[in-house]
Amino acid sequence: MTSTDHIGQSHRRENALRHLAGRGRFVTDLALPRMVHAAFVRSPMAKGKIVELDVSAAAEAPGVVRVFTAETLNPICAPWTGTLDHFAGMKSAPQNMLAEGQVLWAGHPVAMILAHSRAEAEDACELVLLDIEDEEAVVDGDAALVEGTPLVSEGIDSNLCFRTVLETPGLDEAFANAAHVVEDSFTFGRHTAVTLEPRAVVADFDPSTGQLTVHHGTQTPYQFQDVYAHQFGLPDNKVRVIAPDVGGSFGMKLHVYNEEMAVVAASLKLGRPVRFVADRLESFVSDVHARDHRVSARMAMDAQGTILAMDVDDMTQIGAISTYPRTSVAEGNQVIRLMGAPYTMPDYRGRLSVVFQNKVQTSQYRAVGHPIACAVTEALVDRAAEQLDLDPIEIRQRNLVADDAYPHVSATGYQFEKLSHHAALAKLREIMGYDALRAEQAELRKQGIYRGIGIASFVEITNPGAAFYGVGGARVSAQDGAIVRLTPSGEVHCAISVTEQGQGTETIIAQVVADQLGVTPDQVKVTTGDTDTTPSGGATWACRGAGIGGETALRAGRRLQAQILAIAGAVLQAEPATLALAGGTVVDKATGKERITLAEIGRIATYRPDTLPEGCDNSLTAVQHFAPTGYPFDFTNGIQASHVEVDIETGVTRLLKHWVVEDCGRIINPLLVDEQIRGGVVQGLGPAFFEECMYDDMGQMTNASLADYLVPMAGEMPDIEIAHIETPTLDTILGAKGVGEAGTAAAGAAAMNAVNDALRPMGARISQTPMTPLRILTALGHV
Amino acid sequence: MKSPAFEYVRAESVADAMSAYAEADGDAVYLSGGHSVVPSLALRLQAPALLIDLSNIAALSGISLHDGWLRIGAMTRHVQALKDPLIAAHAPLFTAAAPFVAHPAIRNRGTLGGSLAHADPASEFPAAAVAMRAELEIASSQGIRRVPADDFFVDIYETAIEPGEVLQAIHVPSPVAGQVIGFDEIARRRGDYAMVGAAVQAVSRGSGLEDVSIALFSVGNHPVRARKAQAALTGRMIDADAIADAQAALEDDLDPPDDPQFPASMRLHLARVLLGRVLANLEAVA
Repeated sequence: MTSTDHIGQSHRRENALRHLAGRGRFVTDLALPRMVHAAFVRSPMAKGKIVELDVSAAAEAPGVVRVFTAETLNPICAPWTGTLDHFAGMKSAPQNMLAEGQVLWAGHPVAMILAHSRAEAEDACELVLLDIEDEEAVVDGDAALVEGTPLVSEGIDSNLCFRTVLETPGLDEAFANAAHVVEDSFTFGRHTAVTLEPRAVVADFDPSTGQLTVHHGTQTPYQFQDVYAHQFGLPDNKVRVIAPDVGGSFGMKLHVYNEEMAVVAASLKLGRPVRFVADRLESFVSDVHARDHRVSARMAMDAQGTILAMDVDDMTQIGAISTYPRTSVAEGNQVIRLMGAPYTMPDYRGRLSVVFQNKVQTSQYRAVGHPIACAVTEALVDRAAEQLDLDPIEIRQRNLVADDAYPHVSATGYQFEKLSHHAALAKLREIMGYDALRAEQAELRKQGIYRGIGIASFVEITNPGAAFYGVGGARVSAQDGAIVRLTPSGEVHCAISVTEQGQGTETIIAQVVADQLGVTPDQVKVTTGDTDTTPSGGATWACRGAGIGGETALRAGRRLQAQILAIAGAVLQAEPATLALAGGTVVDKATGKERITLAEIGRIATYRPDTLPEGCDNSLTAVQHFAPTGYPFDFTNGIQASHVEVDIETGVTRLLKHWVVEDCGRIINPLLVDEQIRGGVVQGLGPAFFEECMYDDMGQMTNASLADYLVPMAGEMPDIEIAHIETPTLDTILGAKGVGEAGTAAAGAAAMNAVNDALRPMGARISQTPMTPLRILTALGHV
Repeated sequence: MKSPAFEYVRAESVADAMSAYAEADGDAVYLSGGHSVVPSLALRLQAPALLIDLSNIAALSGISLHDGWLRIGAMTRHVQALKDPLIAAHAPLFTAAAPFVAHPAIRNRGTLGGSLAHADPASEFPAAAVAMRAELEIASSQGIRRVPADDFFVDIYETAIEPGEVLQAIHVPSPVAGQVIGFDEIARRRGDYAMVGAAVQAVSRGSGLEDVSIALFSVGNHPVRARKAQAALTGRMIDADAIADAQAALEDDLDPPDDPQFPASMRLHLARVLLGRVLANLEAVA
């Protein structure tokens, strides 16, 4: 490190000040001249044939500019298919903007109305005559695979999207020789992101220049630049995607949606700006949903409680069509590969079945696959502890991979560079006061108060290279880029491809760049989210902003540092190697003595380059791209604990406290890391207790409003105490790994173990999320 | 979603409001705090031609004591139920119920009259009104009448208010010596509609409870008076046996709706648990 003055320090998120002042600028705020508003007519049925679609009355309605149907809109956009080559044999139907012939889920867009206001567009929607011949909807994943069940859509020949098995040779023998086997079946409900700002897009095609500008609330502007260019046949340098302030994404806004594509198509057709902002009701039936797994799993142990093997079967229900371009298989694929990951477990079999049904698509959402794998593994570890009469801490001590045993390869083939499970466990035990809590628990049980303590170890996949998507043929960038420049007045600007959705990406990038150039973070202005003004890159997903974006910024900063020192050396007639940057000036490296300010370097290089020696490069702009090398992923690890109290008469669970010990490698900004973990924990506890997209037998979502779909609220959330272990990755100079998904990965697992710990005296057990009062009362035999 | 277009008029008197309603041929909706009406418009669940705003009508405001009854203007906000000393002293179940009603931002706008007239079966104030044996003052073109709360709540979202009529005020009889109350609910999250709720009022004498009044909510299409449970408690001191008898009586008092997400057996179970807890924690208010 040149300097670590700012890396490792807490800095507030600069954009939070702007948001507090009401100066946020979201796509939703954008009003362009001649802009029209889109509303969609959606299928009221989960499956059916469109018999009649008459939009003539709607087209004549007040304020309506144009009405599009599949016939008039779809031809200008190539269909897209959500499959990837490395998921061998996976199938999915090609997708179009508006339903052609058949509707596949309740909410499937059928027609698009463009009017001078959204209200007028909605008025006109009511005038569309849509006659759908109801077809038997497939609503259950197990039933979908039964012989004789109708196909989910005409575009497929089977309701099975993908199936795979991962197996070590010793699996059967491990179970045959086991002293103990524990098993259970789990159901993990469907839930959805519920971002504060819904999906929003304004597409603006200028026919005079052929320029398409799309203001798009997304975390991956470059991906959408590529998607729009390819699907609409435009050169990509004529497609500009701008992601301004984005009110949360969590993976939900990186998928290709019918509505966004239709908005772009409409702008191309009309040559004027078209706006679509999903309202909350249509968000529930068009945003991707998450999870929806049924898992049967068993675990084999020897007599001492050493885990020998796991055998897992995951059936995941992904809706009618696999998402594009990342597919709906990635989640299940990670579920079966993350099972047992923290443990030395030598043998494993994981089966995955990915199944279609007539519901909204599911796909990647914060902590893809992790919460499922973690909950199953940790529930079985707790069951094993119970069977062997071991304390949950003790059984984990016996099985977690030793901190000095790295590199280590998991039974599922994941390569771990260096993790710190035992250090994390020891720290957790200390910060939560484990022994005192156990004593209190025993005492309170005598008074009829049932508290539970649950623990969950986890690993998290971060800093992915091309192994996630690129190897399967997806045009998902595995690298990032930054442009760092010194302004003529000696300030710094950084344009970088990683993006900001409220997590503080811009702040940590400023910290990293500042340290390379000897300035303060507030001297570094960071620009993100615009494909015309930032270099191309993967942006922010799967925990790569800090680890990959940070490294990109670091290397770009160093390159500029070298350029500045070269110019300074020429000006000062000194060897650049004897100079350094600190306090906004060029200093003598040995003595720290100030030699020349950055402002003076900027002035000379910009206004008086003629005074530089012949051949001295006056560039004060540095460009650097970075693609991760070394390990395919940088795994992080951690452990969480949950303390709950279950009211055994009402089934209501009170969350008393939550603890997280996390190792994300080099911490750039402790404040923001802790914010990430806390937010992640809440997004893990939400679906553990509250969030569920519920469907009836006809495939209708029955709780598609915020009155009925329960997001976690501050009042129900526990205090979350966080501690850290720091094991930097050696794959990068910076040493940072990701942290965005760690909280979500294990919070639900810890909570489920805690609830079952509380219920243990009654002999009751729950293995379904969300753990609602109904399910807890049912487990207790009260209902 | 955006609401369809509608006309808006702010009425200056109840008579104004009712004539505006009549002129619109009934294609109108009265607007009070707006926390049920406005979402229903945005969701396009209703599309009236005219919205008649009642918030400026003086006769619908004010809280005052008359002849042992507290008159609470229909436009009284939820937050006043929480904070007003007259309500706390003379209609204490409203004060006890108020913290369970949604969140501060909603309580600042939502009105007591609006909540009662809307008659959501899961909301708190209607049950409190029934338990307190409140009477509802309704204005019509024929004049003003008072309807006991027991007769006011007719069905889900349906009350004794006829089309075009205006709920003007809520009248609550002042507590008598020895009066005790209890209010509680079980909800998934703080501020949500209750899974089950209970409002209880009684007079505690040396010989036992008298004038026992129990209203449960979120157990049927409207607040349900638990008559058998009331009878089980009348004349008895509150003890474990009395509570158990009241809980057992709920089987006859309640016929909760059955839904796979919320089976009738669960509502009945929760109602028993909750009633037991409320009865064990009755508080003296006079």
